[in-house]
Amino acid sequence: MIVEILLQIIKIIAIFAVVMGCVAYLTLMERKCLGFFQIRLGPNRVGPWGLLQPVADGIKLFFKEDMTVLHANKFYFILAPVISLVAVLFCFAVVPFAGNVYIIDIPVAVLYLMAISSMGVYGVLLAGWSSNNKYSAMGGYRATAQMISYEIPLALAIVGVLILSRSMSIVDIVNAQKGMWNIVKQPLGFIIYLVCTFAETNRCPFDLYECENELVAGYQTEYSSMKFALFYMGEYAHIFLASCLITLFYLGGWNGPVLPALLWFFMKVFFCAFCFIWVRATYPRFRYDQLMNLSWKVMLPLAFLNLIVTAIIVVMF
Amino acid sequence: MTEESITLNLGPHHPSTHGVLRVQLELDGEIVVDAQPDVGFLHRGLEKLSEHRTYQQILVLTDRLDYLAAMSNNFGYVLAVEKLLEIEVPKRAQYIRVALVELQRIASHLFWLGTHAHDLGAMTPLFYMLREREDIMDIFDGISGARLTPSFMRFGGLAADADPDFVKKTKKLLDGFSGKVDDYERLLTENPMWKSRTQGVGMMSTEEALNTGISGPMIRATGLEWDLRKSNPYSSYEDFDFEIPTGIRGDVYDCYRVRVKEMRESARIVSQAIDGLPENDGSPIKAKVVKFPEGEVYHSIESPRGELGFYIVSAGGKSPFRLRVRPPSFVNLQGLNKMVKGRLLSDAVAIIGMIDIVLAEVDR
Repeated sequence: MIVEILLQIIKIIAIFAVVMGCVAYLTLMERKCLGFFQIRLGPNRVGPWGLLQPVADGIKLFFKEDMTVLHANKFYFILAPVISLVAVLFCFAVVPFAGNVYIIDIPVAVLYLMAISSMGVYGVLLAGWSSNNKYSAMGGYRATAQMISYEIPLALAIVGVLILSRSMSIVDIVNAQKGMWNIVKQPLGFIIYLVCTFAETNRCPFDLYECENELVAGYQTEYSSMKFALFYMGEYAHIFLASCLITLFYLGGWNGPVLPALLWFFMKVFFCAFCFIWVRATYPRFRYDQLMNLSWKVMLPLAFLNLIVTAIIVVMF
Repeated sequence: MTEESITLNLGPHHPSTHGVLRVQLELDGEIVVDAQPDVGFLHRGLEKLSEHRTYQQILVLTDRLDYLAAMSNNFGYVLAVEKLLEIEVPKRAQYIRVALVELQRIASHLFWLGTHAHDLGAMTPLFYMLREREDIMDIFDGISGARLTPSFMRFGGLAADADPDFVKKTKKLLDGFSGKVDDYERLLTENPMWKSRTQGVGMMSTEEALNTGISGPMIRATGLEWDLRKSNPYSSYEDFDFEIPTGIRGDVYDCYRVRVKEMRESARIVSQAIDGLPENDGSPIKAKVVKFPEGEVYHSIESPRGELGFYIVSAGGKSPFRLRVRPPSFVNLQGLNKMVKGRLLSDAVAIIGMIDIVLAEVDR
């Protein structure tokens, strides 16, 4: 019994370490890739090819003065960044990296994911509200509207996948894709899921709630030091999580020929993460009303269509 | 915040006000009810300073008016003083001047396009445009010794003659330029997101724009073919073959198209000026200046932002009695309120970007 618990704890710590390591190096990857897209070099001063840059950034942020603005609501001001990071990290409990590399495989894993990741919006909203700053507040409001709007088509797109694999356990979903990946069976669902994920993770072209050109830095305007770092980590952890989920739901998870499962998984995940960066380097940003129109008038009907067609086909054949 | 609107201070410290512009926005949710620009944070009293500087010293001040188009500001001032002096400028100097200010127009528009695209969330174009702008800055550096503030024009000509290196570098720049503009257009012109952000935003009719006093690319975007280089040619502009691009609706998208086409036209003018450059026959590149007479003159040029005018009252001394600048940015900014009202906050940012203000010029 004790051995089992110990093993489980070690597993949790190991996966946590892997996730945080990936998140840290995702920041470097983003800066390097953006540098490549934008004919500049990106970080290259700290360590070979700038490989120690995330460490340096972490140390720097730790030593910054931890400020709380006077007019802020202190409790929520401190709580907000914690929520946004924790909500994402909790999700990794049910995310399998390979057939047997996961913390726990529960039968309602997808439901758990949706529930926990929705908590993230509280982080942004509370941050925007408690900062007592107009720019932050607007960022917070935008975030709430955006996250709620995109969560619905996102969930509906996943339901298509669930119908196909007849299970809510992610391991089962991946195993059901052994022969053919879901991206082939669910092309429309994949596109909807992808677009909604971009909106959920607050990435360009949907980075409306912190867009610096309008809201200075949106909900995180007043944050500094480690509190800011928590938001930052939360954002990149979210991208990592989103890349994992795209891989698991649509790209066949760890399935793939020759190479070991774990390697396949991380190759796919980092390709997805690269796409996030690629899009950021290419497109301009949406406007607020266009964002809402896209969600309610395009994504939602399409998601329903996708769901109905999938259901009919599964029932008929 | 129930029925009330909120007041939001956009600037003077804000990423997308391009300097120290403060706009007081009255917001109802995301919709702008009212927008009042507040200028003057960068006031340095250039006009007053001019009264205590000699004519030659003022040239250096004009660099600091519109720092993204310093060469054009030099040019406008020098032309006004030449009008006062009634002197003839050597043809070769005129051609070099035209080449320089058109290069400056390209540089200014490049910088505008980069920052404007960045305001709308497209971060990559900025770096491509800075790369090309850097080439132009290098050319300026080579001929005048300064990148941003050349102070290169002189009354009656130029501080120095153009060397073969200048011609070579400029030709090299022009060779690849059209392809590079194609690249920018591929990123933006047909991009549906770019179109949805810019089309129908900040529309203005020609009449409204004329009544506000708007000039430059903004009025051409409304459809009026009005360009001082064509209507009142100065410095041999009548020798060159170029078109005036115009838009239809006067929105942000048309303004973008007009400026991009202007870059191409400017490149054409530069290559004509370089190819048709009169030979250096050994005579000085600068006419002789004897004495500043009494009188009043006004001369305006088409700067990258619009009509840039200098009004000089001379009492005959070494410095002007009064010097007044008509800054295009300042006048164009007056249209802001009209264009922004009723639009969304994001549109306000797009419109501020479209006006292409340089606050050093607005505040003087």
